[in-house]
Amino acid sequence: MSLQQTVTSIDSVSSAANQVLNEFLTFRLGNEEYGIDILKVQEIRGYDAITQIANSPEFIKGVVNLRGIIVPIIDMRIKFKLGVAEYDQFTVVIILNVSGRVMGIVVDGVSDVINLDIDQVRATPDFGSVIDTKYIMGLGTADERMLILVDIEKLMTSEDMGLVDQTLN
Amino acid sequence: MSTELEQFYEVFFEESSELLAEMEACLLGLDLSSPDPEDLNAIFRAAHSIKGGAGTFGFTDMTEMTHMLESLLDKLRKGEIEIRSEMIDTFLRAGDIIKGQLAAHRGDGAADEAAAAEVSNELKQFSEETTEALNIDKESTSSTTEQPDHKPNEAKNVVVESLPATSKTEQVSFNIEFSSSGINSKSLENLFSNLSDLGKFEKLLVSDKEQNCKLRLTTYTCEENIWEALAFVVNPSQLKIEKASQTEAHTSTKLDVSSSIQIDEITSDKPSKTAVETENSACEPYGFFSGAPAAPIETEKKVKTESHSDPSVEQNILEEKSFPTDTINSLPIQKQSKPNAPTTETTSIRVSIEKVDQMINLVGELVITQAMLAQTASEVDPVIYEKLNNGMNQLERNTRNLQEAVMSIRMLPISFVFSRYPRVVHDLASKLDKKVELKTVGEGTELDKGLIEKIADPLTHLVRNSLDHGIELPEKRIATGKVAKGTITLRAFHQGGSIVIEVGDDGAGLNREKIMAKATERGISIHEGMSDQEVWMLIFEPGFSTAEKVTDVSGRGVGMDVVKRNIKDMGGRIEIDSVQGVGTRITIRLPLTLAILDGLSVAVGDQMFIVPLTYITESLQIKNTDIKTVNGVGRVVHVRGDYLPVIALHEIFNIKPNATRIEDGILIILDAEGHKAAMFVDALIGQHQVVIKSLENNYRRVMGVSGATIMGDGKVALILDTTGLVMASHKDSL
Amino acid sequence: MGKTILTVDDSVSIRQMISFTLKGAGYEVTEAVDGQDALDKAQRETFNLVLTDINMPRMDGLKLLEKLRGLTPYKTIPILMLTTESCSEMKARGRDAGATGWLVKPFNPKSLLEIISQVTK
Repeated sequence: MSLQQTVTSIDSVSSAANQVLNEFLTFRLGNEEYGIDILKVQEIRGYDAITQIANSPEFIKGVVNLRGIIVPIIDMRIKFKLGVAEYDQFTVVIILNVSGRVMGIVVDGVSDVINLDIDQVRATPDFGSVIDTKYIMGLGTADERMLILVDIEKLMTSEDMGLVDQTLN
Repeated sequence: MSTELEQFYEVFFEESSELLAEMEACLLGLDLSSPDPEDLNAIFRAAHSIKGGAGTFGFTDMTEMTHMLESLLDKLRKGEIEIRSEMIDTFLRAGDIIKGQLAAHRGDGAADEAAAAEVSNELKQFSEETTEALNIDKESTSSTTEQPDHKPNEAKNVVVESLPATSKTEQVSFNIEFSSSGINSKSLENLFSNLSDLGKFEKLLVSDKEQNCKLRLTTYTCEENIWEALAFVVNPSQLKIEKASQTEAHTSTKLDVSSSIQIDEITSDKPSKTAVETENSACEPYGFFSGAPAAPIETEKKVKTESHSDPSVEQNILEEKSFPTDTINSLPIQKQSKPNAPTTETTSIRVSIEKVDQMINLVGELVITQAMLAQTASEVDPVIYEKLNNGMNQLERNTRNLQEAVMSIRMLPISFVFSRYPRVVHDLASKLDKKVELKTVGEGTELDKGLIEKIADPLTHLVRNSLDHGIELPEKRIATGKVAKGTITLRAFHQGGSIVIEVGDDGAGLNREKIMAKATERGISIHEGMSDQEVWMLIFEPGFSTAEKVTDVSGRGVGMDVVKRNIKDMGGRIEIDSVQGVGTRITIRLPLTLAILDGLSVAVGDQMFIVPLTYITESLQIKNTDIKTVNGVGRVVHVRGDYLPVIALHEIFNIKPNATRIEDGILIILDAEGHKAAMFVDALIGQHQVVIKSLENNYRRVMGVSGATIMGDGKVALILDTTGLVMASHKDSL
Repeated sequence: MGKTILTVDDSVSIRQMISFTLKGAGYEVTEAVDGQDALDKAQRETFNLVLTDINMPRMDGLKLLEKLRGLTPYKTIPILMLTTESCSEMKARGRDAGATGWLVKPFNPKSLLEIISQVTK
């Protein structure tokens, strides 16, 4: 099943890449570097003024006010048991806009935005990533760096994250 | 061309819907014994406007129906026919048909053609009542199968020409046009001889290829008589009679003609040309009056030249009708200029609700920013920074005004909902053989657009219920010393931050014994000590119905419970007052807007929550001795004689509280749908009007939480789902 | 600068359609919702042409025609009446009130532009 999905994901990457190079926002989580489609990223902000939501999983830190919108904040470090979940002035939240929903993810740090060409992207090998391969579009290489390209929309709306009432889907 | 027009369709649809609503309101408000001419005019104008638009935009079915309406209305307002209540019903149904046609053109369902045919037939029959002398019975039966776009002709001509032509002192020329198809030559000869008895008679064109006959008759008689002479021979739907001109046209300006061109012709040319000319100009999509200010001279000459050409060319012009609805374009307006009709036109723009909500969000942000600035500014020395302080005060005022103004954009008068009930009451009363008057008070009271949409259905149900179960039959009312006509009163007003909507009737009132008996039958738990209020509220229980027999009006009692649930979902409350034999009043209390809520902020540990004020009856501190433990699990507190389950917020939300013992904290007594509970919190912080934000837009439903809001410091506070918490506490502890 | 036209109709859809058609042809269009509104606007600004509906609330087109012709700047400008009635009586009343010409509703944009162009040359 995951092979089938990987193949289709790569196809979609390649078809897009033929017209425009895909831009990815890269961030660090534990020892690995990840890339997500820049078009899904709304903004990057600090971590503050969070309101806890009772009885929610530990990785859901709560909600914040983003210019009048209530936005849930998910700590990916806790979700994927990577890095140290500390909150200070350097803690970074990536605000995503996926499937019409706005949500924030806490990561170890944002690196940069890079362009990836189709020949820089390989299919996902069966490797022991913390993120299930079904959410990985492929591996990208740029200047000796290896990026795990995450289908962030699929991941964030999945049952695993519990961010969306699944009955709606 | 159609693509150009399409962009105006939506405007036309909305406009027509409004006109239909106005027309309906006018119809329902019409006093049949002495109809106000202004009302009749207004109804006529509505039909007329829709017809104009429908014609322009090519919605032929609507043009036909509105034309039928217009014709009859025209006679009514001229006093040619007396208005009767059956007509009102037919008008209302015609309105419904047009609504259906409108919906169909909007791509929403299909118009009911059979019903349309029926209604237009009824309208036609009413129309024909004035002209019984014309003996049109035959026509009405024969023409039902005709092409619909011919139908308007009959009505039109009957109306039109009966006006000035009735002056019997002057000779008038008529152009008569009909199809001779199916008429044998003998009948035709007969007809001609009959006509020649009426006056000077000329044959302009007898049976061409299309079997069109054109005649001209100059006579002292009125048009009805000509019609009568023809009606037995010629299919009326194919018959066209038009006043052409008067032979002595120059002697009178009153009986004028369609254009000056024609006058020139009359004085200089043979009458046969004149006739054709008249036809021609009547069908021209436009033209000018010679000698009129700024009329183009060359054009006129051009038209004139054309008019001198072969009559068969004229015929071609006639047939090249560019508009499908051309045949109806000669309806008369016997209009006395009637000014001073109140105009309903307001200058407005249509804005999408998303934009408005975005503004509301932004203003909310501004309010927060302002609050933060004010906080910072309050820390500086007010003497040194006097100007800053003044500025801050002004900023606060302006921000608050701005917020109010922006919020008011979403507010609409409740007349948007009330306006539908005259029709509901009218239809239902006639169905039930009851006499009912509907009174509305406070239609201008405003509430949020979102609430307007949601309140309509529950309110409809209540109105129907009042009419069905409340108002008695006229005989029964008279027997109990009441007037035969019952009254249902809809009232709306503002009270504090709420809007109150009442549905009252002067009917039979609720019967305690009957309700109790029914409740027992339905297995709803009751006891004799219940207050009347509590008994009345039983009618909102699922599966309850007080009607002795199930009617198709209020149904089987499904609905009243839905009504209550809907009101609750809107953050509102419902109450009943009733006195047997006197009447019943159902009161709905709603927050003014869906977006705003009056709340009490409470603290638990380091967190803050908002409790909707509508559910709070009181808050208090209690003594240790008032706390009881039931079965070692649930706790109850003894408050004013009641044992109430305790909702310990810190336990529900897993928060470390400042007060762990109930007697150290505060209890908030909540009442949700008649169930009471005591919520245990650390402290009360204050009362706020908060803007409700959805948690589910970006996250998901959270147990015990109904939404969120943004506090003055920019932080998010959760709004408690009071009903859910109270219900859960009863399940846990009882 | 294009010719200025005042279009008077109580129907917003018709008004918008006329406006759209005329603006597309380079005219400058002002809309009025009834006779009274039109009269107010006509007194503030002199238009090159007035196109008015007949049957309207407050002040109908015939009354408007009479009033306009009573104003000096409007004695000679073209005023066209737009009407669903093509019967002689209405036309005659329009002419008596001072109309330059008539256009029968329903009309198509082409006829509208034709009649307008004939009087705005």
